[in-house]
Amino acid sequence: MIEFSHLSKKFGKLPVLDDVSLHLTNGKSIALIGPNGSGKTTLIKCLLGMVVPDNGTITVDGSDIYGDWSYRAGLGYMPQIGRYPDNMTIAQVFGMMKDIRHIPDQQLDEDLIRAYKLPAIYDKRMRTLSGGTRQKVSACLAFLFDPAVIVLDEPTAGLDPVSAGILTDKIIAETQKGKLPLITSHILSELDDLVDEVVYLQDGRVKFHKSLPQLRADTGEHKLVRAIAHVMENA
Amino acid sequence: MIMKKIVKYVLLDILRNKILISYTLLLFAITMTMLLLGDNETKVLLSLLNIVLIVLPLVSIIFSTIYYYNSVEFIELLVCQPIRRTSILLSIYAGLTLSLLIAFAIGVGLPLLLMDHSSTAALLVMIGCLLTVIFAALAILGSVRMRDKTRGIGMAILAWFYFSLLYDGLVLFLLFQFSDYPLEKPSIVLGALNPIDLARIMLLLRLDSSAMMGYTGAVFQEFFGSAGGTLLAFGLLLLWTMVPLLAAVRRFNHKDL
Repeated sequence: MIEFSHLSKKFGKLPVLDDVSLHLTNGKSIALIGPNGSGKTTLIKCLLGMVVPDNGTITVDGSDIYGDWSYRAGLGYMPQIGRYPDNMTIAQVFGMMKDIRHIPDQQLDEDLIRAYKLPAIYDKRMRTLSGGTRQKVSACLAFLFDPAVIVLDEPTAGLDPVSAGILTDKIIAETQKGKLPLITSHILSELDDLVDEVVYLQDGRVKFHKSLPQLRADTGEHKLVRAIAHVMENA
Repeated sequence: MIMKKIVKYVLLDILRNKILISYTLLLFAITMTMLLLGDNETKVLLSLLNIVLIVLPLVSIIFSTIYYYNSVEFIELLVCQPIRRTSILLSIYAGLTLSLLIAFAIGVGLPLLLMDHSSTAALLVMIGCLLTVIFAALAILGSVRMRDKTRGIGMAILAWFYFSLLYDGLVLFLLFQFSDYPLEKPSIVLGALNPIDLARIMLLLRLDSSAMMGYTGAVFQEFFGSAGGTLLAFGLLLLWTMVPLLAAVRRFNHKDL
């Protein structure tokens, strides 16, 4: 469970987040959408502790995350562009993360590693990998420690259709297990079967936070793309 | 515990770096050539001192700066893990300095140890290590403060230029302008404000070349030559590491990544 309350952030004079309040519950996958520069990534980074908000608080499972670092044990993050130490092999990167997290092997979730057949290329160095393969590594890392909250920033942007499908299935499966995936994406068409709730951000403010069926009913459109277009045109 | 692990992986990454390997080989080649060709021990150590005073800070500050900017995404990855930010930055710094120190130890320390057993050689190695540590700390401070890579590297080059060339020019200018006044004590202070100068003074005094520095040299000898003065000099060099590093950690803890 994540609670954002009255979150504000300015970069210099530019307000990026303006009084954002959201309540997100487990077992629902949430799509965070909005035009470029609407504050999606900043909101995610606040949750991850990478950006310190000027005002407002974030609580994860009831406890304030400000100045805390241990809450991140329950967080998985797949960045938009994942970059890793150039000279390390894929196996070493996984080994390193496991080593840092220090979680027993039987609690690890290695489904995606198997689905992407990564063990076959374990010896390749990160520098030699294509953008898509790196995205696969990022995805595997995000799910590896079986986190309660999984933050995915443009997860399928660099992936081929098959790999994107595998990831989508994994997200759905985890949601059914009671996890909380938080997804930002520009490719709205793929979010249709994936998400339960939609948060629409514009100019750093939450325009609406609705469940997908509710949004469909309100706009009279079945497809998310159409529904969002409908909202944007009538705004 | 977690710091040790991160340091291990940073080391694992850097020790495979081609630039660092060529840096080690270059230092080794230079040191061996000088040791084999030089006839006089003092001369060899003086030439090596010049290498240490110019090349070491340059490589240390530039390499560390570029490494930091290239690891920005890796640092972001670590920041999302349940780890304190302070531990992350200090581990990156420790990994960087350790690998630079290993390069220096193999490139300069090993040949000196094998062919020159004097205590002055040991002091030279120690000074080299301190300069490496100091300039890596300055690099970390600069890179944490500057978001832009180009500006960061520019600042690193400028800092090196200032400490190794510009500063001496300014000191000379001041000494020349105020040559009518007794400047021995101010010159000690001025020397202490620049780690490279401090390192140079410490070694020159051991080589007895200070006799050529006239009355100022005698004052330096009296001040830095004593046990207390040497300790003070080492203390100052340690301060040159700690202060930039602490400033970097403070900035990093509140930084938006």
